[in-house]
Amino acid sequence: MEVIRHGKAEAGIGPAAASPHALQPGDKEAFRARQLRARDLLRGELEGDDIEQHVRDSIVTTTLDKAAHWAQGNSIFPLTFGLACCSIEMISLVGARMDMSRFGSEAMRATPRQADMIILAGRVSMKMAPIVRRIYDQMLEPKYAIAMGACSSSMGVFNNYAIVPADKFMPVDVHIPGCPPRPEAVVYGILKLRKMIQDDPTMAWRDRYRAHGTEETKPWSLDELEERAGRAAELEQREQDARA
Amino acid sequence: MPDLAALERLADIVGAGDDSVVVAQVHTDRRSEIQVRPDAVVESLERLRSQGYQHLMSLHGVDYYPEEPRFGVIYELLSFELQDRVTVKVRVPLSDPHVASVTGKWPTASFQEREVFDMFGVVFVGHPDMRRILLPDDYIGHPQRRDFPVGGEPVLFTGNEQRNPGWWK
Amino acid sequence: MSTDDEKRDGPVPEDGEATTGSREHDAPATQGERERGAEIADETDATTPSGIAATAVQERSEREAEWEELAKRYRADEATIDFSSQLGAVATQDETELLTINMGPHHPATHGVLRLLTTLEGEVIRDVKPIIGYLHTGIEKTAEDKAYWKVIPVVERMDYLAYYFNAMAYCGAVEELLGVEVPKRAQYLRVIHLELNRIMSHLVWLGTTMLDLGAISILWYAFRERETVLDLFEYSSGQRMHTRYFQIGGVVEDIPAGWDKKLQRFLDEMPTRLDQYEAMLSKNEIILQRLKNVGVLDAQRLQEWGVTGPLLRAAGVPWDLRKATPYSSYEDFDFKVPVGTIGDNYDRYAVRIAEMRESVKIIQQALNGLPEGPTITEDRKVALPPRHELATSMEALIHHFKLVTEGMRVPEGESYFPIEGPRGELGCFVRSDGSSKPARVHMRDPSFVNLQAFGDMARGEYIADMIATLACLDPLLGGIDR
Repeated sequence: MEVIRHGKAEAGIGPAAASPHALQPGDKEAFRARQLRARDLLRGELEGDDIEQHVRDSIVTTTLDKAAHWAQGNSIFPLTFGLACCSIEMISLVGARMDMSRFGSEAMRATPRQADMIILAGRVSMKMAPIVRRIYDQMLEPKYAIAMGACSSSMGVFNNYAIVPADKFMPVDVHIPGCPPRPEAVVYGILKLRKMIQDDPTMAWRDRYRAHGTEETKPWSLDELEERAGRAAELEQREQDARA
Repeated sequence: MPDLAALERLADIVGAGDDSVVVAQVHTDRRSEIQVRPDAVVESLERLRSQGYQHLMSLHGVDYYPEEPRFGVIYELLSFELQDRVTVKVRVPLSDPHVASVTGKWPTASFQEREVFDMFGVVFVGHPDMRRILLPDDYIGHPQRRDFPVGGEPVLFTGNEQRNPGWWK
Repeated sequence: MSTDDEKRDGPVPEDGEATTGSREHDAPATQGERERGAEIADETDATTPSGIAATAVQERSEREAEWEELAKRYRADEATIDFSSQLGAVATQDETELLTINMGPHHPATHGVLRLLTTLEGEVIRDVKPIIGYLHTGIEKTAEDKAYWKVIPVVERMDYLAYYFNAMAYCGAVEELLGVEVPKRAQYLRVIHLELNRIMSHLVWLGTTMLDLGAISILWYAFRERETVLDLFEYSSGQRMHTRYFQIGGVVEDIPAGWDKKLQRFLDEMPTRLDQYEAMLSKNEIILQRLKNVGVLDAQRLQEWGVTGPLLRAAGVPWDLRKATPYSSYEDFDFKVPVGTIGDNYDRYAVRIAEMRESVKIIQQALNGLPEGPTITEDRKVALPPRHELATSMEALIHHFKLVTEGMRVPEGESYFPIEGPRGELGCFVRSDGSSKPARVHMRDPSFVNLQAFGDMARGEYIADMIATLACLDPLLGGIDR
């Protein structure tokens, strides 16, 4: 408390100075200078150092990939896919309290083709696992998977014959613990995912569990289908050789 | 729940002069139960229906392993008018797990009989669609039997792996 | 893309590399193509500048000719169809072509992972076969592997919107076997939480059903009240969902100080909230048309299917276990059993809204008459001794140790404990073989039984109404598959 009061006294402009966004003494002049430069630019009279300064102030340069991933990370559309208890907490995510549209994830998509992210909200049974995998394969790149809750992460309390942990049959990017996790935890998980997307545009972390190239797409021709089948057979052969 | 006298009266009606139909009667302070022969279950339930116990509320299986006969199928009957319940039980051995289906008279039994078949392997004779209901069609085994392993995986945290204890050496 | 790339990809002058690049790109419009194109160009259109364009033009004209031919054929077909019979009642036309489509297990309108094999005739449902088991968790098997206490959190996860009811049914069944008397205060606390849970479950039903019917905003309103209820749960037990508040012999602990005031605030505002919902929905022409006279099934047929709960009451049968065979002190409270008239979707909607009002009344009475006293049975073989006794009494310490390590031993026997859940009769069957683990736990889940009647409800309806009927049936897949 002492430090803040000292800071206020130094700035000398009253209590508002405690906020980092508050105006500083020199701000007014700088703002006026920017205004004048903008006016001159419109008139076509801006030249020399002033135009340099104007460009430096008003243009941000970045790589296209970074910009694209910034956008991607801020609009992760989840798939409307609820399995069990966690799906109810997933619905309350779009509710008024945990308003997910703050982070651009409120638009739940009903078809996997339009979704960016699948939230495995609940326990995945032996009977459901192939279907979940198919839905994941039907999603188009870039795609992400969140295992929400203890059951889909590690079978949870139901450690028995019927349940399969998600890691066994599909690549998962983020695991959210809890049974069920609070909506806040899910928000935190989605924000983690957003950070991963924005920090690593190549999505290299997904190579670790071979998540690339899993889309199920329609083959364009019979030749392509045959080619794919041939490739699969070749891979299988190679694996068999390696085993032998 | 009918009291002891009422239960005996009901058992007489269920038996209908045939002593072999009613195998046993159980009466505790919260439950009365009539155990009947597996092939006579439909007639028994019909006779109880005529006494007002019209609604089959629940049908479930039990595995009494290691007792014999091993499997039990339990019918919970309810009367809206009497606001009363009575239980009918059937016991079948593992060697011949066949019970007459009651789906014809009580359609509500359809899913529940399939569940008992799925979980215990008790076959309901006369059920129109005797298939697995909860587990995949190609599943092998009946998981609710007592000798079926719970399954699952041991939880092994890092640094906590199972090691061979070796105390017998 | 790295920063080096960025520099290289800066503004490129108009001449130089960029232009050569584009020329190179054009190059593959190769010799062969050009020659072939030239031939076609000679035949068809002399003015076409490039060969590729010429082939494209030719393809297009061929396709257009095909389309025109197809269109002619369709028009001829159309002339032969007599539409007059189809304009009226689509449901009664005698067309014989049936189409079987699969809905689910991943479908946004099936409320979970339900799969429906639907046979359609045009837009009319001729047959629906529900296929279930996609959420089978083996909870009943897991319960056999755990001590009696530790089963409570597992059974709570069966019907995941009615966790207090699951715990109540299970605890009731075990208490019957043990012959334990539950203290009055614990019974009242149970009633308060059960009825709050009923309100919460119906609110989720209201939100999701109206979402299926297209009234999206009601979801937010319903979930706003749901969050209030969940806050109350969290305040009294520490968890939002799956609270494990009910214990065998009572409740885990007393409500915290100030909880009653929070609850009172909720009780005061809930009737006005319900008025708001009804103002939005009950006079909305679109909702009424979607609900009224849809999915009708009479009481006789419903009883044959074993349907209970709001669905049966909507058909006019006032059967409510809270009234018929009261448990947990329900006989102390004054409430009404709302019933419908014909058993269509509107009745189901109205019955559930009315039930929420009745639940508010029950909670108010239970809160006003909340007796003082212990919240769990004094039987030390069943309930943990209070903390302060552990420091002074050796016997209490032994009981505590036995309960925590081994759990309680329940006398041999079987019991079936039915209660009135939000979806109907929720019964728990427990068989004990005298050990500290139950030999069999089975839940008679209302959604599992009610789902059988869905075929009868949906047959002869439009496919869009099937969604509404399914939503009003309120199936919970966690309860169905267990």
